Amino acid sequence: MALTHEQVEHIADLAKLGLTEEEIERFREQLSAILDYAAMLNRLDTAAIPPTASVLPLRNVMRMDEARPALSQADALANAPSAEGGYFQVKAVLE
Amino acid sequence: MKLHELTIHESLDLLGRRQISAVELTEAVLDRIVAVDNQVKAYLSVTPESALEDARKADEIRAVGAVGAIDRSSRSFVGAIHELPLLGIPVAIKDVICLAGVPTTCGSKILEPFVPPYDATVITRLRKAGVVFLGKTNTDEFAMGSSTENSAFFTTHNPWDLARVPGGSSGGSAAAVAAGEALGALGTDTGGSVRQPASLCGVVGIRPTYGRVSRYGLVAFASSLDQIGTLGKDVTDCALLLQVIAGHDPCDSTSLDVPVPDYARALRAGIRGLRVGVPREFFGAGVQPGVEAAVRQAIQTLVELGAEIGEMSLPHTEYALPTYYLIAPAEASANLARYDGVRYGYSVPDSPDIWESYRRTRQQGFGPEVKRRIMLGTYALSAGYYDAYYLKAQRVRTLIRQDFDQAFRRFDVVVGPTSPTVAFRIGEKVSDPLQMYLADVFTLAQSLAGICSLSVPCGFSEGLPVGLQISGPVLGEETVLRVAYAYEQAAEWYRQKPSVKEEHLQ
Repeated sequence: MALTHEQVEHIADLAKLGLTEEEIERFREQLSAILDYAAMLNRLDTAAIPPTASVLPLRNVMRMDEARPALSQADALANAPSAEGGYFQVKAVLE
Repeated sequence: MKLHELTIHESLDLLGRRQISAVELTEAVLDRIVAVDNQVKAYLSVTPESALEDARKADEIRAVGAVGAIDRSSRSFVGAIHELPLLGIPVAIKDVICLAGVPTTCGSKILEPFVPPYDATVITRLRKAGVVFLGKTNTDEFAMGSSTENSAFFTTHNPWDLARVPGGSSGGSAAAVAAGEALGALGTDTGGSVRQPASLCGVVGIRPTYGRVSRYGLVAFASSLDQIGTLGKDVTDCALLLQVIAGHDPCDSTSLDVPVPDYARALRAGIRGLRVGVPREFFGAGVQPGVEAAVRQAIQTLVELGAEIGEMSLPHTEYALPTYYLIAPAEASANLARYDGVRYGYSVPDSPDIWESYRRTRQQGFGPEVKRRIMLGTYALSAGYYDAYYLKAQRVRTLIRQDFDQAFRRFDVVVGPTSPTVAFRIGEKVSDPLQMYLADVFTLAQSLAGICSLSVPCGFSEGLPVGLQISGPVLGEETVLRVAYAYEQAAEWYRQKPSVKEEHLQ
């Protein structure tokens, strides 16, 4: 399964990951090789096999809706690259 | 014997009899770090001041006989001495686990500079047990790797041969324990990241059952697979550490609300009549002859100890690798979406808009393996490919679980090599991702099945340690520890230590 240059660019865009031209070409080759290897799964007929997303038998885990101690606003913002007025600061999303 | 060479249980005995103090023990280990870590490079950061403060407090508590008087809100020990089972024991923490006030890097540039405002639940539990925290150990970036070569900072060196890798991703923790730079350590195991480095460094490492240990405060890699485990110089030490960190945590909804048994007590029951399965798939091509010989010899020792050995099959073993390398990257691509340069960590300034800010931050912050897995996972989850890759892998995961379900109807544990090879040379596999992924070929299936599994040293090949992997059913920790302990006491490989030359710096 050979990926195209355009496919790799598309995936990088979905992942919001900037890549250089060299990285795109390298990942195109490496991901194609890994996907070729993964194609061995097609030897197995899994039509009747349910998927395992989690090994636990848990469904919904409930707890009481009670207030508990939480981080202060200052602690929560302490690692922010940019904060203002008690908020995380981001670039404008809309023009 | 030098103090840094002590095990945890030996130290507890000496501390309890006032033969040594926690300060002496901690100073000895800190001195050892100074003397050898320039060569081993196990630690990303060492915190000697707070370690000695922890140790001084431990000594005060032991002198007073109870806590009460000693208090400093977040760091307070509570309870009487018998409720502080690891009082004064210096341990190392893999740098993917949050410890309040100490930088957490995950071996990545993208978290610089991140200082967690809270402790992971495992850290809270260790603090309450009286542990002394030495520092944070090196790891492949976001725990993605099998050698620590994917760390953004440096590669850790194997104490048995400094030209070789320690394994990974918990290679810093395994090397620290092997080199006497910590009495024990925490690691994490997503696809083998505790067991494989334990094997390559000649220490004991256990991956508990998925859900046995809380993941709250562990930086997520692949959430359905990640599990915190313990590394020690012997089986008893691993069990003592696991005892403290295991148990239900309301902050992690996937943690199991099941009582924690007394692991140390379970060790000594012997293994007469225990049924041990040996899967033939674990001895195929790719296993080094010296590794196979050591593991076969270990199985013979189990026979001599009274175990009943049976050859058996885990027919889907060969599919574990492709299954894992679709599921783990898929989950990682979602988990690592949070590194956007907004709330913490690295952020590229002066981007024209938010989208470009995301792209540049992630481009500059992530290393090649993390980018590769984000790409692979994003592809496996993307429209048009989800069914063919991600869902397919989840279906095969069911088949792999069923292999083990069937195995544990006939056998109490399953054994084989932890790693197909001894420690490989630094640089040997960096250019070929698939070759690197094959280092975990025998540890992935247990992770996918969510069962418990450990690695215990079982001899040497080419002068390098070999690990015996012992896997048990869900919540079978007592059994795998018991088998490992019986083997360890008979084989006595723990007596052999690597000789790292001490440097004495001015």
